Amino acid sequence: MFDGIKSVFRRLFSKIFKRKKSMKLGLYGPPNGGKTTLANRICLDWLGEEMGVVSNIPHETREINVKEQITAKYEDKELTFNLVDTPGIATKIDYEDFVKAGLDEETAKERAKEATQGIIDAIKWLDDMDIVIVVLDSTKDPMNQVNITILGNLQARGIPVIIAANKIDLKKSNVKRIEKVFPQYKIVGISAKYGKNMDELYKALFEMVK
Amino acid sequence: MISLEFIPHYKLSGLDAEEKIKLILKSVKQNRIVLIQGRLNREEEAELIKQTMKSINDNFTGIEPAIFYPEIKKEGSILTYLREKLINLFLADRQGLTLIGPASIVKEIRQDPDKLQLYIDLELKKSKSKKSKSSNLSKKSKRK
Repeated sequence: MFDGIKSVFRRLFSKIFKRKKSMKLGLYGPPNGGKTTLANRICLDWLGEEMGVVSNIPHETREINVKEQITAKYEDKELTFNLVDTPGIATKIDYEDFVKAGLDEETAKERAKEATQGIIDAIKWLDDMDIVIVVLDSTKDPMNQVNITILGNLQARGIPVIIAANKIDLKKSNVKRIEKVFPQYKIVGISAKYGKNMDELYKALFEMVK
Repeated sequence: MISLEFIPHYKLSGLDAEEKIKLILKSVKQNRIVLIQGRLNREEEAELIKQTMKSINDNFTGIEPAIFYPEIKKEGSILTYLREKLINLFLADRQGLTLIGPASIVKEIRQDPDKLQLYIDLELKKSKSKKSKSSNLSKKSKRK
């Protein structure tokens, strides 16, 4: 509770005294929602280069990755931000799942250890974010405690949130289900992999920061 | 055998966040499913994930949590709405339910407004390498 209040006040003072250096745009969500794919898409769109490695094995991103000074444009406006790609937040990590995905036991154990630290770091970084895109896999049921905890903590800290309902290129995608579960949020259906509907996401981002 | 431990609100109310989480995780690590009267606040939820991550090892793979918040009915008269708002204000985190199970046993908790479903793995971690059977345990949740 105290951390939340402290964070809200810090943000308020930062706005009043205009001390803020660069806006931090965070990508948060559960593992394999497509955060790094979206980070790559944003970097490709505005910098012409990718940001990180994407994989089908969960917890590919185990460290916070920051791409500084990205300038996005929408209509006649410009927005410069630091893009922060975070490890997927989960409540359980079993190295045997990585073994099943094809890694040897030693690599799997190391990956599990790094993934746990990555989750701790991602939660610690929440306070530093100015705006967050929560990336959810629109083919999966959004009603789970990890999603509720991430969104609730962002709300408690007064951080503006956009939900990117990713993977709309897949048949099982169901953006309406996310809208039903989280009606209070701005939700944009996208395919980060194919760059589908990214204009809508940028529009939502510009509207959120104006 | 699946062991369910009930923690009444008064047992947690005097504790700070760290102590609460320590107590919860102690039981969960003993392969018990913990049912708490009331709920953790948002910061405590995040802290629970952090502390769980710090505890993960070969024998403890994490938790499966579900926190049920009381919903204020939008139907009905303005008096009903105000009464429920007032109850929420006074009871605060005493309302709702928190269910936390060890990830080695509770595979998934599905929630919808009228029921919660626990998908349970009946075989424990030590026999994890063997092919395990899953069962579906459905339980009606009472919402205030």
